[in-house]
Amino acid sequence: MTRARDPRAVRIAAGQGFWGDSLEAPFRQVTGGPIDYLMMDYLAEVTMSILQKQKLRDPSLGYAKDFVPSMERILPIVAERGIKVTANAGGVNPRACAQAIADVARRLKLGGRLRIGVVTGDDLLPRLDGLMARGHDLRNLDTGRPLSDVRDRVLAANAYLGAWPVVEALRRGADVVVTGRVTDTGLTLGPMIHAFDWPPDAWDLLAAGTVAGHTIECGAQCSGGNCLVDWERIPDLADVGYPIVEAHPDGTFEISKHPGTGGRISVPGVTEQLVYEMGDPTAYITPDCIADFTTIRLEQAGKDRVRVSGVRGKPATDKLKVSVAYFYGYKAVGTLVYGWPDAYKKARAADRVLRQRLENLGLTFEAIHTELVGADATHGRLALEELAVDDLPEVQLRIGVRSPDKAPVERFTREIAPLILNGPPSVTGFAGGRPKPEEIVAYWPALLDKRMVEPCVEIVEV
Amino acid sequence: MKTRSRKRRVRLLELAHARSGDKGDTANVGLIALRPEYYPILVKQVTAARVARHFKGMVTGPVERFELPNLRALNFLLHGALDGGGTISLKTDAQGKVFSTALLRLVVELPR
Repeated sequence: MTRARDPRAVRIAAGQGFWGDSLEAPFRQVTGGPIDYLMMDYLAEVTMSILQKQKLRDPSLGYAKDFVPSMERILPIVAERGIKVTANAGGVNPRACAQAIADVARRLKLGGRLRIGVVTGDDLLPRLDGLMARGHDLRNLDTGRPLSDVRDRVLAANAYLGAWPVVEALRRGADVVVTGRVTDTGLTLGPMIHAFDWPPDAWDLLAAGTVAGHTIECGAQCSGGNCLVDWERIPDLADVGYPIVEAHPDGTFEISKHPGTGGRISVPGVTEQLVYEMGDPTAYITPDCIADFTTIRLEQAGKDRVRVSGVRGKPATDKLKVSVAYFYGYKAVGTLVYGWPDAYKKARAADRVLRQRLENLGLTFEAIHTELVGADATHGRLALEELAVDDLPEVQLRIGVRSPDKAPVERFTREIAPLILNGPPSVTGFAGGRPKPEEIVAYWPALLDKRMVEPCVEIVEV
Repeated sequence: MKTRSRKRRVRLLELAHARSGDKGDTANVGLIALRPEYYPILVKQVTAARVARHFKGMVTGPVERFELPNLRALNFLLHGALDGGGTISLKTDAQGKVFSTALLRLVVELPR
């Protein structure tokens, strides 16, 4: 089935599914075929706190640094072909990020040819006490506790902004839109609203764009990556093509990828991505709308092409989600590998010995967690019930501890290595040395009255 | 054997595929029928109560189920599955990525 190419269709390509995703993907997306927009998602729940720490050390940092060399590589092509870029790489310092891109653009002699839109207003950290004093207690969505419980340990607090500030930046002529905590889906929906001039209360259309954004926000996870269906026959993952949304003004869209690339775009594969990190499917809530995932229709519209239609939406709520990062405590994880015979039994015995020693030392922890990798680490009891544990060639003992205090965690890290000589036999795999205590920065989800947040858009002329 | 069973017992792996992810301390498992005719079997047999029993001892909170007949999929929320979740968790699978295939171990009955 081939349809005549819709001349009004807009092609939005995913170039990054998280900070740390393929460095090659953005370049391949802008060179592999025609696209109108490149969308890059950099921010996971914990990323903002990492960035906040970097900014505390150096006020010129606090954004996804990888974004700068990626842009350096693609800017000449992007400028030449008129491709626009939307990215939440700005983290907790979008202005510094935009400045870094402007510097790169000038070096590339793109002066006078590039506008950078900067979206801010999501950062609530400087305003937190004022908000709490006015009765916004930012209760934890999971536990119901008010933020005052952990206020003195808060490291970052950001409201999730939606697509509209991205739209405003595009309307003001931005070629590259750099944002702070804008939702993953807003980076795809924004270009669609801008291109098709969708009104703010066109809930079905906004929901459709949101579904499009959710489909490609994890990059290749909808084009053959991490796909369970028929995984062994998915072609050429080494050269996996990242997904592209081909959007139409009526809210329907196709998911495809550049010709000649690896991976696969199929109904089962796209379905896997649709249900990823899903809550109540009838209410996928974003700042822009509520999308109903039970209305989505999928059909295979050709090889590596899935058509999406039927999406219905409801009005947005009057709240914004807020993500707070706060200092929680310390953890450490140590591992040792036990070999055949009785690898499983030896690892179990070592765990008992270690726990006894921790107890003898009078150390207390919030949690001690043991897994035997190769036996029960991921499927627990469900795996052990079906496994001939006596015959395993090797088992990795993985034991972790967590505490509000550093001292017991530090002491724990010194109790792993001695087991090599003074515990059960046939033990190896300790080349990595002593584990290091790690600071835990935890995530506190909350809601805030939308009127309390004012997104801000600035344009930097290069 | 006196009577021949008229049902065939199979793992969900033969009827469905799945993907899982996390939201805080909650893991979600999207379970998707491999063929349209399998979806009613999933709806009937893979109930929230059955899934809660399957994961007994591995999940500390309740299990919720949502239906997506349009995608021939069920979505399960396993609350308290991730030892606190995200950065707090000491689990290898802190983000619940392979709860999906753990669910596919569940055995259901197929009419012959």
